Amino acid sequence: MSLKKKVSMTVNGVAVNAEIEPRRHLVDFLREDLHLKGPHLGCEQGACGACTVKVDGQIIRGCLYLAVQADGCVVETIEGLTKSGALAHLQESFMRHNAMQCGFCSSGMLLAAAELIEKQPKASREEVREWISGNYCRCTGYHSIVDAIVDVLEARAKGQKIKPVVAHA
Amino acid sequence: MNKPSDLKGLVLDPVTNDQRYIGNSEPRHSARRLLEGQGTYIDDIQLPRMGHVVFWRSPVAHMKIGKIHTEQASKMPGVLAIVDGVQMAKICKPWVATLGHLAGMKSAPQHALAIDRACWQGEPVVAVVAETRAQAEDALQLVDVEWEELPAVISMESALDPKTPLIHPELGDNLCFTRSLDVGNVDEAFATADVVAEATFGFGRHTGVTLEPRCQIADYNPGERRLTVYHSQQAPHMMQDLYCRQFGLSESDVHVICKDVGGSFGIKVHAYPDDFATVGLAMMLERPVKFVADRLESFTSDIHAREHRIKGRIAANKAGDILAFEIHDLTGIGPYSMFPRTSAIEGNQVVNLVGGPYKHQHYRAHLDVVFQNKTPTCQYRGVGHPIACAVTEGLVDLAAQKLQMDPLEFRKRNVIPDDAYPCSGISGIKLEVLSHEQCLRTIEKMMNYPALRKEQAELRKKGIYRGIGFATLIELTNPSPAFYGVGGARIASQDGASVRLDPSGVVSVLVGVGEQGQGTEGIYAQIAADAVGVSINQVRIVTGDTDVTPYGGGTWASRGAGVGGEAVLLACQALQENILKLAGAILNRPVAELSVHRSHVLDKATGEQLLPFSEIGRIGYFRTDTLPAGFSADLMVTRHYTQKDYPFIFTNGVQASYVEVDPDTGFVKLLKHWAVEDCGRVLNPMLVDEQVRGAIVQGIGGVLFEECLYDESGLLRNGSMADYLVPMANEMPDIEVAHVETPTQSSKLGAKGAGEAGTAGAPGAVQNAINDALLPFNTAVFDQPITCEKILRVLKKI
Repeated sequence: MSLKKKVSMTVNGVAVNAEIEPRRHLVDFLREDLHLKGPHLGCEQGACGACTVKVDGQIIRGCLYLAVQADGCVVETIEGLTKSGALAHLQESFMRHNAMQCGFCSSGMLLAAAELIEKQPKASREEVREWISGNYCRCTGYHSIVDAIVDVLEARAKGQKIKPVVAHA
Repeated sequence: MNKPSDLKGLVLDPVTNDQRYIGNSEPRHSARRLLEGQGTYIDDIQLPRMGHVVFWRSPVAHMKIGKIHTEQASKMPGVLAIVDGVQMAKICKPWVATLGHLAGMKSAPQHALAIDRACWQGEPVVAVVAETRAQAEDALQLVDVEWEELPAVISMESALDPKTPLIHPELGDNLCFTRSLDVGNVDEAFATADVVAEATFGFGRHTGVTLEPRCQIADYNPGERRLTVYHSQQAPHMMQDLYCRQFGLSESDVHVICKDVGGSFGIKVHAYPDDFATVGLAMMLERPVKFVADRLESFTSDIHAREHRIKGRIAANKAGDILAFEIHDLTGIGPYSMFPRTSAIEGNQVVNLVGGPYKHQHYRAHLDVVFQNKTPTCQYRGVGHPIACAVTEGLVDLAAQKLQMDPLEFRKRNVIPDDAYPCSGISGIKLEVLSHEQCLRTIEKMMNYPALRKEQAELRKKGIYRGIGFATLIELTNPSPAFYGVGGARIASQDGASVRLDPSGVVSVLVGVGEQGQGTEGIYAQIAADAVGVSINQVRIVTGDTDVTPYGGGTWASRGAGVGGEAVLLACQALQENILKLAGAILNRPVAELSVHRSHVLDKATGEQLLPFSEIGRIGYFRTDTLPAGFSADLMVTRHYTQKDYPFIFTNGVQASYVEVDPDTGFVKLLKHWAVEDCGRVLNPMLVDEQVRGAIVQGIGGVLFEECLYDESGLLRNGSMADYLVPMANEMPDIEVAHVETPTQSSKLGAKGAGEAGTAGAPGAVQNAINDALLPFNTAVFDQPITCEKILRVLKKI
C-alpha cells in the first residue's frame, strides 16, 4: 500500500500540486507525471548527470533527489530554461561546435555548463574539463563540449553575444 | 590543423555540378531539438494501456532452473502477466547464431526466456508485466525461482580442457569457432630473422555503456494483427525480419520504428533475448509493453566485447624490414553466439587485420573462440580492430626497439607504400587505396615530432617519464554482401534512398540508414541539397521507419556515409534529371538546353532563371493536365547502392599519444592525442572530427579504464557506473585531428567510413606511449586496461 504525500512546487514557472509516493524520484515525477522529456535517466545512481535539473537555482541529480524533497521549491528543467532563453548562448555554441551527438547527455551537460559560467566566469579550459566531469558523454570525447563552453566564457568576458547558427541558403 | 580551409578535400573534384555543402562543416540543424530537451527517445513515449516489463534474471553464472513460484507476485497491484520460458517458447522460436562462411562454427539454441538452465548472470528467466514500472519491480521481489547452481566455465584459458564441464553437452566441447591461417614461410622467416620480439597481450572485457540504455516498446494491435515495435536500434529492417521469423509473422505484419537513439556503438545492432520477450508479451497481452533496461541490467545483459589473450611475435631484419608476424588468439564469448551477427566475427577480424598496414610476406595466425558462462560478447565499435592494432603496433615497437630504430621511421619503412594499390594484404584482405605514407608524414608535422622527442629526453633527465606512442591502422568500412549475406544472415548490405520533390519545392529524402547521433541525417541533407540543387533548409530527411524508408542494412561497419550516402546521391541526381525532364515538357524545350541552380531551372546557355522548383512542383502535382499526353512527372525516385567492388573498403590512419607515467604511483596522465585519418571524401569535417574524437575516447576507455570484472564464480563485480570506469572530461586530453582524403573509386561520392577508426587506433597508441615512458625501467605492459596497479607490478613496486 502506498502512502502518498501532497506536494506543491513550481515547475518551469507553472504551479504544480500533486500527490506523490515518498519513494518517487524527482526525475521520475518530472518525466512520467509531468511528461517532461528533457531530463533523462542514464544510470539511476548519480554517476552520469543525464538527469540534472535545477531546484531553487542549484543543479541537482534528479535521480538522487526525491520528489517530496522539492515540496515548496522552484524546479527548472531544460524545457523551461530553453523557453526563458537562459541557455540560449550555450545552446548556440553547442550547435556551432557539434558539442553533442546522440543528445542524451545534452540537457544535463548544458545545465552543468550554465552553472559553471555563473560560478566560474574566468574558468580555464582545464577548469571547464574538471567542472563537467560529473556529466558523462559517450559520444563526443568531450573536446567539442569544452570548445563550446570556452567560447561562451570568452564571449562573455568580452561582452559579446554568441550569434545564432542559421543554415546558409 | 583541422580547419576546413586546411583540408586537402577542397582540391578534390566536386561530386555535383553546384557543390556548396558537401565538404563543409555544416551544423546539424536537426540536433537543435536535442539541445532543447525535445528529442524523442523510447522512454519518452507513452502509449495508452502500456504495460511495463521487468525481468527476473539469473543471479548466478550457470544454474538449473527449478519450479517457478509466481502466485504471490501475480496478486500484487497492477500485475498484468508473469511469463516463464516454457510459456514464451510457445510463440517465439529459439535461434542458433552461426554464419555459413565461418566454417565449422557452432552454437546452441537460445530462447527469449531461459528454459531448464540459465547460462550467465543476467540471462532473463521470468518476465513480470505490470501497469507501472514500479509495480512490476515490486512484484518481481515476490517471484520465487527454485534453482540449483551448476559448475560454471569462467576462464577462457581452461574452457577447452577435457576436465572442464561442457556448457552445451550436445556441442561436444566448449569451442565455438576456430580458424588457422598460414601464408608464406613463417618458420623460415623467424629462423633467419635478425631480431625476433614477442609478447602476450591481454584485453579486458568491456561494454558499450550507451547513455540511453537498451529499450523498446512492442505494441500488438489484434484488430489489424500487426506488430509495431518502437526500438532504440541501429538496424530496423533487420529487426523487422527477425520478429517475422521468430514469431511466424509476415513482413507486412511488422513495423519497426527507431526515433532518437541515445548512443549505440554496436550495442544496439544485436537482437537480445529480452527484445523477443517484450514482443512476445505484447502479442500475448494484446497491449503495448515497454522494456527499458536499468543500468545494472545493461551491464549484465548488453553485449560485452574484447576478452582476448593473444600471444604474438614479430620477425625483422637488420635493415629494418618486418619479415613476419605470428599470433595465437584465444577469446571468450559467453555461452551463446549472439544473434544474428554471431560472436565469431571479432576474433575473425583479429586474424584478418594483424599486420594489416605492413608489407611483410609471412603470416601465421590461429584463433580459438570458446564458450564461457559470462555475458555474451559480440560486435562493439571497432570490432576486432583495437585488438589487432594494439597487438600489431605493440610488436612493431618491440622490433624497432631491438633494432634501435625510431618507431616512426620504422613504420615509414614498412607500411605498404601509397603507390602500391590496389593490392592484397598478407591475410588475404583486399585493399583498394590507402595513404599510410602521407598520414605518417602529416602526423610527424602535426605533433612536431623532433621537438617532442627532445622535450621527452630533457624531462627524463629530471625524472619525469613521458612517452610517445604511435598506432598505424586500417579499418574496414562500406561492407559488401561478403560480410553477412554470404553467410546466410539476413542483414542487408545494400541501402536505399527515396527522394521526392514536394509541391512547394522542398526535397524529402527517406533513407534506410538511421541516425544515432553521428550526424547521418546531417550529411544526407548536405548531399541531397547539392545533388538536387536546393538550399539545405529546403531538405527534410526521414529515417528509422520500416513502413516508410527503402529497405536497408542500417548502421554498422561504418557504412552510413559510404553506402547510405551514395544511395542518397544517386537518388537525388536521378530526381534532378526528372526535374529537368518535366521542365523541358513545361517549357517545350530540349532538356539539353536546361540546367539546375539553387532551386531554379535555368537556360543553360544564358543562366536565365526559367522556372522555380515551386512551379515545377505545382505543375507536376496539380496541373498535369497541361503536360503532353503520356508524359509522367516522376517527382519521386528511389535508388539503391551496394558496394560490390571489394569485400570492404578499407580506410587508414595513424594516431599518436603523448603521456606521462608516474613511476611511484603508476598513474598515467594523457597529455595530448593526435589523429590523422583518411576516410576518403570528407563530407563534413566537423562531424568527422567529432566521430574520430569520440571514438578515440572510447578506445582510451578500453586501454586505461574499462573492464567488466568477474569473480571466480562468474559474478560481475562492477555492474554500475560508479564501479565500471568510463572516461570523463577531466582525464581526457585535447585531440587534434587532421584528414587525408583518398576517395574510394567504388562510388561516385568517394566516401569511406569514419565511425570506428578512432576506437581502433587509440588503445595501441596509448599502450605504446606508456611503454615508451617505461623504457628507462626496461619493462613494458601489454595487459589492457593498463591500470596503475599493472604498471606498478611491472615496475616491481608491488
